[in-house]
Amino acid sequence: MSQFVINLIFVGASFALYIGIAIWAKAGTTKDFYVAGGGVHPVTNGMATAADWMSAASFISMAGLIAAGGYANSTFLMGWTGGYVLLAMLLAPYLRKFGKFTVPEFIGDRFYSRNARFVAVACLIVASVTYVIGQMTGAGVAFSRFLEVDNLTGLLIAAVVVFMYAVMGGMKGITYTQVAQYSVLIIAYTIPAVFISLELTGNPIPPLGLFSEHSESGVPLLAKLDQVVQDLGFSAYTADVPNKLNMVLFTLSLMIGTAGLPHVIIRFFTVPKVADARWSAGWALVFIALLYLTAPAVASMARLNLITTIYPEGPQAEAIEYSERPNWIRTWQETGLIQYEDKNNDGRIQLYNDDNQEFQSTAESRGWNGNELVVNRDILVLANPEIAQLPPWVIGLIAAGGLAAALSTAAGLLLAISSAVSHDLIKGAINPNITEKGELLAARISMAVAIIIATYLGANPPGFAAQVVALAFGIAGASIFPALMMGIFSKRINNKGAIAGMLTGLIVTLVYIFMYKGWFFVGGTANFPDTAEYWLLGVSPLSFGAIGAVINFIVAFGVSNATEEPPEEIQELVESVRFPRGAGSASDH
Amino acid sequence: MSGSNYDAEKYWKKNLRLIFGCLGVWAFVSYGCAILFRPLLAGITFGGTDLGFWFAQQGSILTFIALIFFYGWKMNKIDREFGVHEE
Repeated sequence: MSQFVINLIFVGASFALYIGIAIWAKAGTTKDFYVAGGGVHPVTNGMATAADWMSAASFISMAGLIAAGGYANSTFLMGWTGGYVLLAMLLAPYLRKFGKFTVPEFIGDRFYSRNARFVAVACLIVASVTYVIGQMTGAGVAFSRFLEVDNLTGLLIAAVVVFMYAVMGGMKGITYTQVAQYSVLIIAYTIPAVFISLELTGNPIPPLGLFSEHSESGVPLLAKLDQVVQDLGFSAYTADVPNKLNMVLFTLSLMIGTAGLPHVIIRFFTVPKVADARWSAGWALVFIALLYLTAPAVASMARLNLITTIYPEGPQAEAIEYSERPNWIRTWQETGLIQYEDKNNDGRIQLYNDDNQEFQSTAESRGWNGNELVVNRDILVLANPEIAQLPPWVIGLIAAGGLAAALSTAAGLLLAISSAVSHDLIKGAINPNITEKGELLAARISMAVAIIIATYLGANPPGFAAQVVALAFGIAGASIFPALMMGIFSKRINNKGAIAGMLTGLIVTLVYIFMYKGWFFVGGTANFPDTAEYWLLGVSPLSFGAIGAVINFIVAFGVSNATEEPPEEIQELVESVRFPRGAGSASDH
Repeated sequence: MSGSNYDAEKYWKKNLRLIFGCLGVWAFVSYGCAILFRPLLAGITFGGTDLGFWFAQQGSILTFIALIFFYGWKMNKIDREFGVHEE
């Protein structure tokens, strides 16, 4: 059986499963559509949250980022998990007690202001739309690589499948498909990792293998890796980072951004009780950690494997001949994600750091004339089974896993967008007297429209697609997270303070990002080059969300204290969200 | 809620104290051990590197999980103590 047929079987079977679940879990009411009926078990919700959260970026790109940056990129590991501690203690239980369907609805009610609700809707839509573009392009890439269809066809297939279960089943359909998608993606991620860890260290558990001895050389794996990368002019894998302030702020921005992303928060509205919301955040992190603890092992082992492939006798000896390169390099060369140029015409593949001035003389003495192999870091996880020479069915599994990661996150984001449109805009403002049936129809139509827009943007990604993740986290961290937290933990914050805080936090963060990345991401309009010397106090635009959040807090407190106290009934509302008793399930009234 | 306002205030204070404690540990392992104090921990070798590296790539995530379950367990006890738990 050819690899193509195997991939087709794995992807086809997983899609049939998702559609089967969609038919079984059809939404009959708005409550089914928005919060899956409100009766999801905390462990089930934890698993669905994990799939919802772990996107194409977590599955495909994160290990590549860590492999390239080593210790410095641990920020992603801590930042994308530490937010769940904030969710469990500062947001999820209280928002669950509040018991409504959407995040803007809480902000609108707590700050007794329609305008506050609209600001929240706008933040939610911008953050979620930018995020969904990445998922659709990720799904398109996975399709075109594994199913040999062109990008657009792949995207359309993905859109039809999401359409089937998200429009029919709403949150109910999405929840149960996400459970299936989690199972597919975690199996796909861990199986190659176990084999590679076993091969390199003899330890079948990758997170332990990472700190074990490298079987072949007898020195610890990380020490071996540090040595070989330095032999090629790269900085040591475990090297410390000089700019600690920026590393702290970047990690903090990712954490509060994670806690403030609406598609993650609404997952906690589906559990029956307040106590379940707390447990569920814990379970979500357990399921996320299975991948996040494995990723750093995959990263370091894949980097070592790559170097050993190019320098079979070690970096001090000659590199391999181009004509003898392994098969996986050939396949990925066809996609353009691995590129080779024989700069010194010796017929071999020299891989080293040609940006390092100090290494220049060593390179010249060895007759090297520049780095010859460029490997796109996104292929690391996808190529892993081929690098480790695992059987073809593992590659089929990886294809299904990558698609599961992209589709599950896309569906969660689309639900957040469509519920904000149908519940906050249509029912909340345009037509408050809409019937239950009418609202359900409106929710389905907004979902369908959101899918069409996301597919269009996925097929024609705006030039700034790579930058938008900073935007999504900046918005969630600097505007939504502080507003929610203050709404729960302070009775004194009033409508004026909250709106002023959200807007200043948002605008200051956007301006700082635009100053370095270009205004509205239009090329050539940046005021300063995006390099460390030009950053204010060494703070990168990606790390600025944390500063924006602090500004949001200060402005909100200042304005609230200068103006009147919130009305009595609002203070009672705050009091009531603080106590679990009497939660009932999420409802409309 | 069964108790008086005094109880409500006491319940909320207990929750806040617990959150402060947990977030203290949360910040200590991630911002502390994994980033700021890493040079201080450089002397403690661990699996071919130092303890700070382990905290950055494994230890802090494991601590986060423990913290959430500890908080959930402790809050369930406090909920019961004050009679604000759900049936």
